[in-house]
Parts: sequence; structure tokens; C-alpha cells
Amino acid sequence: MTSYLLQAFVYLCAAVIAVPLAKRFGLGSVLGYLVAGMVIGPLIGLVGDETETLQHFAEFGVVMMLFLVGLELQPKMLWAMRGRLLGLGGLQVLLTTVAFALLALALGQSWRVALVIGLILSMSSTAIVLQTLNEKGLSKTEGGRDAFSVLLFQDIAVIPMLALIPLLQLPELASVVLAEEAAGVAHHPTLVSGLPGWAYAAVVMAAIAAVIIGGHYFSRPLFRFVAKAGMREIFTAASLALVIGIAALMGLVGLSAALGTFLAGVVLADSEFRHELESNIEPFKGLLLGLFFITVGAGIQFELLWSQLGAVLGLTLAVILIKAGVLLGLSLFMQRRGANRWLLGLSLAQAGEFGFVLLAFSVQNSALPDATAQLLSLVVALSMLATPGLFILFDKVILPRLQQRRNDPQADNIDEQGAVLIAGSGRFGQIINRMLVANGVTTTVLDHDVQRIEDMRTVNIKSYFGDATRLDLLETAGIGQAAMLVVAIDDRQRAKRLVEQVREHYPNLPIMARAYDRGDAYELQRQGVRYVVKETYHSALDMAREALVALGFHPFKAEQCRAAFDRIEEQRQPALYQSWLNTSAEKGISASYRQLFIELGEALKQAMQQDRSDRHSDSERGWTPPPRNYDAKLKQDAENQ
Amino acid sequence: MSQQRNILLLFAHPSMERSEVNRPMFERALQIPGVTAIDLYAQYPTYDIDIDLEQQRLLAHDVVLFMFPLYWYSTPSLLKEWMDLVLEYGFAYGPEGHALHGKIAMCALTAGGAELAYRAEGYNHYPLPELLRPIQQAFTMCGMHYLPPFALFQARTARKEGRISEHLALWQQLLELLRDSPSIDFSAAAALPKINDSLPTVFGGQA
Repeated sequence: MTSYLLQAFVYLCAAVIAVPLAKRFGLGSVLGYLVAGMVIGPLIGLVGDETETLQHFAEFGVVMMLFLVGLELQPKMLWAMRGRLLGLGGLQVLLTTVAFALLALALGQSWRVALVIGLILSMSSTAIVLQTLNEKGLSKTEGGRDAFSVLLFQDIAVIPMLALIPLLQLPELASVVLAEEAAGVAHHPTLVSGLPGWAYAAVVMAAIAAVIIGGHYFSRPLFRFVAKAGMREIFTAASLALVIGIAALMGLVGLSAALGTFLAGVVLADSEFRHELESNIEPFKGLLLGLFFITVGAGIQFELLWSQLGAVLGLTLAVILIKAGVLLGLSLFMQRRGANRWLLGLSLAQAGEFGFVLLAFSVQNSALPDATAQLLSLVVALSMLATPGLFILFDKVILPRLQQRRNDPQADNIDEQGAVLIAGSGRFGQIINRMLVANGVTTTVLDHDVQRIEDMRTVNIKSYFGDATRLDLLETAGIGQAAMLVVAIDDRQRAKRLVEQVREHYPNLPIMARAYDRGDAYELQRQGVRYVVKETYHSALDMAREALVALGFHPFKAEQCRAAFDRIEEQRQPALYQSWLNTSAEKGISASYRQLFIELGEALKQAMQQDRSDRHSDSERGWTPPPRNYDAKLKQDAENQ
Repeated sequence: MSQQRNILLLFAHPSMERSEVNRPMFERALQIPGVTAIDLYAQYPTYDIDIDLEQQRLLAHDVVLFMFPLYWYSTPSLLKEWMDLVLEYGFAYGPEGHALHGKIAMCALTAGGAELAYRAEGYNHYPLPELLRPIQQAFTMCGMHYLPPFALFQARTARKEGRISEHLALWQQLLELLRDSPSIDFSAAAALPKINDSLPTVFGGQA
């Protein structure tokens, strides 16, 4: 037990130290994990043989990652992106694979190995690139969207590749494995090992159907049941059970676990539990993938690097040049211009983390000799290491040059308007949501009441289950890209906690909030909420006006009274707020605040009543005719002329 | 006048999102020092005009410019509402109402019809200055010097025909002259149907 704890401690420490450092130097977390692995493995030698076992375990992170990729893929979004996805992404994978396969053939590899190498090197690094694009604010540019589409296509293309690679088994390597299997060294139990072809096909179809139908019809009642219990860890357990269960089912019928969970993700992409699932699985995925990269780093053979330094560097350079070349050619073909073309070409010129996954997978399936895999993982790692350099090249050299050359005044595409995040879909939030959606604004609505979400869904209003006061959930719901947060939850304490957290982590995000009463409104205002509205204020004022009308006031006059009331309220707010600020520390209402409040009441009364005695009331200022004889002097002047 | 004049531009356009000429004019005006440009429909979306604020604005400026697209031969309703409310008895007119005396007033407008339609034989029957008489008289009643309008006709096709940038340049010149020109010839201006082609006449050698 103690030795396990020690090992876990070593891995965690390495990650904790290396990843923040790598991020600080702009290298991205994947490289941080790799370096951590190199340090504790080949450099210091703290860890040893167990890395290989660990790696198999950590590969489950990939399965989870594909589940999350699936969750992000709403059919509507895919359809909107179809041109980019198939055109850019499809051609990129195809052409890059062919280019590298040809290169490998020329270097004397057999066609099977050459094809595997091509597939491995066609992948780019989703983790590094998306993060860097986000950090630099480039993800909404034309080039950034192109890059995203290509990465998405690659992520999806991994699944058929995982199916294809075992078919490319090398006979000479396979025989070793077979011999081992015969000796009972490696034996995978599957339900389908002894079945004839047609039965096997039927079982596979049944398993896939089970995932799709089960995901569509049974996940909802299940999650609803779990969510009603209101215990977070049980929901996490349910999420994990779902992913692991599907992976196990796929394993039993001899299919790729990644394929199964990806499918499940796509099926659940429309579900109201999507964001909750995402935020539950995300940390596990992150840690497991991190562990995976550490084991890859720990497995890197430095002797190999030094002994074949020239070859490794040459190959790395070739990878970057060929990938950038293919992408630049494609974007030229797709008629991208200027900076966007270079952004696409340079950002995706590295090999990626899926390259590592495919490498490990290929070796397991005897599709790639171990020595070649070792060499390639060095190349993949080095090309990833070069990515920040390529971004710097784009920022410092290419962008300034392009900007100098361009002088047409036509502005770039205006950045897509971010979505509005609405916390709470009750009586208050749903009105806001309806108004925004009716005007073409994209919204994401969160609520922690399952029943309410169900009700909303029956009238075609989409909202998601989740506690909006949890930062991780807000993050998966896209608060990082949101244009605004609307706080419409009725629990005062939760509303304040939410505002506090968001102010701390996203200080620049505008917040609008619903307040329970005056004190609550000031509290929110002090927290930095841009617009606060007391939840009953306007409806009460509205009803007061209607009451006046019902009592026989002229509707226009009643409306003037309403507007005057509102205006006077507004005018007195700053003074009341200041007074409240000065006294809130002592608790209770101070004498000065009480005084101000009384004055407000007086001012309102005065404004309303004034016009009975005086022609200049606040509510009826204007439209007042001049005095009856106002033109006497004017007439006289005209006559004298 | 040795000092520069402060210009108050009161802009009223009820559908800014469809504006092709007025919006760039407004944006240009925002760039010019000495011009306070107010988008009235943005400030008073519910027509709840703050009379005190508007009167203070008037007091702080030497030139008042109404800018609007012509609606039914007049201003959009909010600008009329502004006149009804802000030009109060005792402030703008009446025996005690001298707040605006000696200030300059003017309209800058866009019209859909062709200039030729705005005459007795045209389908609009009246020249633009005739249609603007109520505004002119209101300003005159307030003791202000009224200048003929700065007008763009056939505004709906101005973009297609590439007339906007020229109009914007002239607009900027007008604003700068209103701000800087040491003397303005009001009597020469009075006879003009519009001010566009006559900046040198009105503002002297400065143009």
C-alpha cells in the first residue's frame, strides 16, 4: 500500500511542478506532463517498469476524452460546419497521411508501416492548439475556426483509425503476440470470440443500438432519478458508471471503447444533463490524460535521441514543413486570405497527443516495430515542443508584415457575439431567455431544479441541469466565452455566492442580477454587478399605474406619474447607496439612511400631488400651455412694426 | 467671435439599425472636437425626456443642430416631443424666456425624394424650406438665428451611387465652420434653399 502511495505521490508531484511551469512559459499542459514524465523517468529514475501498466490504465483518459468530444458535437453544429469539416479536415487528414506514407516508403518502410506512420503523423495537438488559440483570442477568427474544424475532424477520425490499425498488423510481429496469447500471457475475454461471422455482426449491431437507444431513452430517467437525490458525488458516480459501462460493453463485443463512448457522447449532446456530465467527467479525463502523457514522457529513451540526433531533428523538421505545407495549400485552395491562412498552417503543424495514443495502440497491435515507435514518439514530442515557437513566428513576423501590406478599409469579420449565460430558469429567468432568444441571441440556461427543466423542455425551451453556483459547471457551460451573465436565481445567498465567484475568476464579464429587495440590490451593486433590478419593482409600478387608470385617471397622465416615480427613485439611488455603504458595516439601518428614505417618500408624494396646486408638477412637466395672455407683448411688437 | 462655438447635435433616428447616411454622419460628428452629439432615441427610448438636463445642454452650447431623416415632411416624433417639452415658456420664450437668445439653430436632414420633387411642380409640391417653416418659426420665436438646412436628397440610393463619402466630407467641413468661422452671414443665408453648396457664401473666406 505504502509503495503505491509513494508512486502516486511522485507522479502527482511531478505534474504539480511541471505543468504550471510549462504553462507559464507558454508551452501548454501536454508538454508539461511530458517533461514531468521525462524527469521522473529517464532523468532521475524515480519510476520504473510500472509505467507501462500505468499507461494502459491511463489510456482510459482517451476514452473519456472522446466521450467529451461527442458531448460537444450537436448535430446542428456539425451540419453548420460540414464544409469546413469535410473539406479542410478531411483533406488535411487524407493528404497528410498520404504525404507521410510516401515519405516513409521512400525511407524504406513497408507499406503497412508507412500507412500507420502517415495516420499517426496526420494528427495535430487539439490540447495545445485550442488552448493557445483561446489564450490569444484567435479562436473566433476565420483561421481559428478552420483550425478547430480540422482538429475536430481529426478527433473523430481517430475512431476509424483505431479500427483500421489492427488490420495492418505485421505478420512477423503478430506471430510473437499469437505465441504469447497461446501461452496464455495476454488473453482478452470477449463474448464473441467463438461466434460465426453473421452472429458476430448481429451482436455488434445490437451493442451499438443499445448504446444509442439506451442513451436516448433511458439516460434521462436515470439521471433525473439521481439528480433528484441532490447528492453531487452520486451524480459523479452515475457519470463514471455510464462511461465505464459503455467501455466495458464495447470491450465485451470486441469493439473500440472509444467508439462506444464517443457515440454515447453524441447521443447525450442534446440532453439537459450535458453540462453536468461534462463537468463531472472532465477532471477524471484531465488527470488520466495527464498520467498518460507522463508515462509517455517516462518512456522516452534519451539514448536514442542522442544516438540519432540528426535523424530525429531532421524528421521533426520534415513533419512541421510537410504539415504546414499541406495546410497552406489547402487554405489556398479554400480561398482563405492573409493572416488566416498562415494561422491555420502554423498552428496545426505539430503532431499531437492522439499521435501518442495511436503509437501506443499500434505497438500493442503489432502494427509498428517498437524501435520505430520510440523514434516517432521523440519526433511527435519535439514537434509539439516547437508549437509555441510557431505561434511566436506568427505573432511577431507574419502578422506585422501582413498588416503593413493590407490597406483596404474593410474590417475583418466582426467577432461572433458570445452567448449569454442565464442562471435560473424560473419565473424570472425564463422571461429574459424568451426575449433574448426571440431576438436571435444565443443563450445557455442553467437550473438546479430537474422538474423545472423538464417543464421548460416540454415547451421547447432548452435549459440544462446544474448548480450554477459551481464554477466548474459554469466553465463547461461556456462562461469563458460568454458575453454576459444574467443571475436570475431566487435564493439570495446563492445569487451572491455566484456573483462573488464569477467576479473573482472572470472580473471582466458583465453581470446583470435580480435582487430580492433594496438591501439585496445594494449588496449586489457593491459586488460589482453592472445592472441590478429589484424583482418586484417594475411589476408593482406597472400595477400602480393600472390602478390609477381604473380609478379614472387619464391613461397618459397615469403613465406620466409612473415615469416620474421611476425617475425620482433613480435620482435618489446614488445617495441612498452611499449612505447604505457607510453604515452596512454596523448592521441595521442608520439614522441617515432612514432620513434619506423618508426624504425619498416625501419627494415622491410632492411630485405626484404638486400639480393640483401648481402648474409645474414633476409628472406633468411639459405640454403645459403658456399663460393665456402670453402673446400680448408679441402682438404689440408686430403691430408696431 | 474670437472663441470657438460649442455645437449641440441632437440626432433623432427611430431605426438606427437601418440607417445608411445618418449613422455615419453621427459617427463622424462624434469625432469632431467641440461637437456634443446626442442620440436622442438612445437616450430616451421610452420618450421620458429629462427636461432639466436638456435645458442645461442648451445653455452650454452656442449652436443647436437638429439632425434627422425627414418623416412625413417633418421631424421624427421624438424630436417633436423634445421641442414640446424642452422649449418651455419662461425658458425658451415668453417675457422671461431668453435662454436661447442669439444662439444659432439649424437642421441637417436626409430626404428620400429627389430635390426636383420638392417644388410646386413636383409631387411633393413644396420646397424644403417651406416644409421646415414650423421649425424655423419655433427657433425664431426663441430668438435664435436660423440657418437653411444641410440636406441630402435621394438618401435611399446614396450608398449605391457612392455619394456618401462626399457628403460626409462636406458635413465635417460644415461642423468645423460652425465651430470656427469668425463671422456668419445670416442675411445671405436666409435666401438659400439649402446650405450645402454655399458654405463659402455663408461663412466667408474661411470655406
